[in-house]
Amino acid sequence: MPKELWKGNEAIAEAAVRAGLQAYFGYPITPQTEILEYLSRRMPELGRAFVQAESELGAINMVYGAACTGARVMSTSSSPGVSLMMEGLSYIAGTEVPAVLVNVMRGGPGLGNIAPAQSDYNQAVHGGGHGDYPRIVLAPSSVQEAIDLMGLSFDLAEKYRMICMVILDGSIGQMMEPAEMPEMKPIVDRNFDWATNGAINRERRILSSIYIDPPAEEVANLRLGKRWREVQANEVRYKEYYLDDAEFVIVGFGTAGRVALSAVRAARTEGIKVGLLRPITVSPYPYQVIDQLAGRVSGFLVTEMNMGQMFDDVRLAVRGRVPVEFYGRTGGVVPFPDEILAEIRRIAAGQWTTDRDPRDAWQARMVSVLER
Amino acid sequence: MNAPTNLVYERPEGFTDTPTHYCPGCTHGVAHRLIAEVLEEMELIPKTIGVAPVGCSVFAYNYFDTDFVEAPHGRAPAMATGIKRVLPDRIVFTYQGDGDLASIGMGEIVHAAARGENITVIFINNANYGMTGGQMAPTTLPGMKTTSSPNGRDVETQGYPIRMAEMLSTLEGVGYCVRRSLHDPKNIRLAKKAIRMAFETQARGLGFSMVELLSTCPTNWGMTPVASLKFVEEHMVPAYPLGDYKVSDAIKQVKI
Ligand SMILES: Cc1ncc(C[n+]2csc(CCOP(=O)(O)OP(=O)(O)O)c2C)c(N)n1
Ligand code: SF4
Ligand SMILES: [Mg+2]
Repeated sequence: MPKELWKGNEAIAEAAVRAGLQAYFGYPITPQTEILEYLSRRMPELGRAFVQAESELGAINMVYGAACTGARVMSTSSSPGVSLMMEGLSYIAGTEVPAVLVNVMRGGPGLGNIAPAQSDYNQAVHGGGHGDYPRIVLAPSSVQEAIDLMGLSFDLAEKYRMICMVILDGSIGQMMEPAEMPEMKPIVDRNFDWATNGAINRERRILSSIYIDPPAEEVANLRLGKRWREVQANEVRYKEYYLDDAEFVIVGFGTAGRVALSAVRAARTEGIKVGLLRPITVSPYPYQVIDQLAGRVSGFLVTEMNMGQMFDDVRLAVRGRVPVEFYGRTGGVVPFPDEILAEIRRIAAGQWTTDRDPRDAWQARMVSVLER
Repeated sequence: MNAPTNLVYERPEGFTDTPTHYCPGCTHGVAHRLIAEVLEEMELIPKTIGVAPVGCSVFAYNYFDTDFVEAPHGRAPAMATGIKRVLPDRIVFTYQGDGDLASIGMGEIVHAAARGENITVIFINNANYGMTGGQMAPTTLPGMKTTSSPNGRDVETQGYPIRMAEMLSTLEGVGYCVRRSLHDPKNIRLAKKAIRMAFETQARGLGFSMVELLSTCPTNWGMTPVASLKFVEEHMVPAYPLGDYKVSDAIKQVKI
């Protein structure tokens, strides 16, 4: 297919359709509403299910119901709406049915604003709903990557009977970029041996997240844990830039990773040997890659559009062997490459933070913003 | 085992061979049986997918011999919507208590009805939260004592009962919406007929259908099963009048 100009949100919608999306349930919220609007036209045109739900609670439970039948189903929302979906997400995880949820993140907490942010990283990767449950989380940094990851998200969700979230920020959702769409895939009946689609010529099936007997719940959780270890072993994805000769490494996902790449390129023209690691799966996280890098580089700089959430995962992988610095903008503010370049120069000049927690040091440097 | 020649009462085909966990004298079991009989009579068992609620009937899925899913508290109509939209030729029903449907799940039920989702809802109104030990529900009668209205429901501070059948019948998406009671054999027969009409509504694609059933909770009401039946007749029926709140013209023509 030739490249066309696509708006991020609409590209995500069309990519899901071409991946065989059978049902979509959503609720309007900026900056993801174009996905809902696009699919309100596209899905009925193809004879597929579309419902604008009464709330995100409604939407995620419609997803849950459709997922139980084995259909390819997704919802999309943005931060406050995704918070409402956490109940449903936990049930979907506990029932072990596949579903895809896209979060086009915005500034928070609370109602916050509608500007691009990455502050739901912890909710997506580490927390969110109640109970012990794993989930796959993909983080694209461009419209093209968002398109490519949509198809993958359904495949992974079904392969591992697990939630697959795609997290991006409002800038990717709203920006227009040339991108190539995949071919339209036909809808196939996957005939899952667990789907509750009517006990016609077979034994009846039950799908539930209840294990009233604690030892049975423990077995279920350990089963999920075992499957998660398979995901960790097989599905880690990331992109490396200039790592071969890098003396220190920036780690950033999504838009923060993309902005960092511009800064890295600029630093390279100044002769600074800095590289970039951009995780694509933030869950499972590329701990091993960072672990190995920590053995040969002098340190890391984590850049995020939040107060330092993925930062903790990088530190976990580095285990104190080399310094890990943090630079973030939060609340819907996107960093400029120059800001990251200034951090790169500081580090290249050997000014690592060694006397205190690097996040405290960053907070102190942000005093100019705080007092503005 | 050979069936006795004078067998007058047996397990309907719509049931699995599983003893229920309901308290003695609880009418949840009666409501279950009526649904199972109707599904059997309409030959819908293999086509049906049930949605269980959170409440005493959370384990409903153990008893019906159909595919079943179990919803989060109050969300059964949304789950049923998701199922029905991808499998429009299946029969999808929810079974919900009054805390589930009229409190935490109010948003889901109203909008499923307003959209005219072609699903059937069996709504068990027992005027309290049975499963959690008898707290006040939106349907608790004024003055009625529960564990969270120990001096009787005070309408000044705890509000008034919600009449779901009346409320939902105002919505255009609703094809069939009635209230029946399970307090005596005659009313149980009428309840069964209503359940049949509700599934007929769905089978004909005539929109949302709901049967509200006045039900007992002897355990939390602190009454014998017989006294609870009497309580339904004397106190619940006057507060929740039985009747057909909405029956679409097309379903009025259906003779069974
Ligand atoms: C989100 C959530 N809140 C609260 C509960 C606790 N809970 C379980 S059952 C129930 C009330 C059920 O009452 P009702 O729907 O009237 O059913 P009944 O047991 O009376 O048949 C509550 C509050 C829960 N499981 N989930
Ligand atoms: S607690 Fe009440 S509603 Fe629940 S099974 Fe017992 S009698 Fe029935
Ligand atoms: Mg109740």
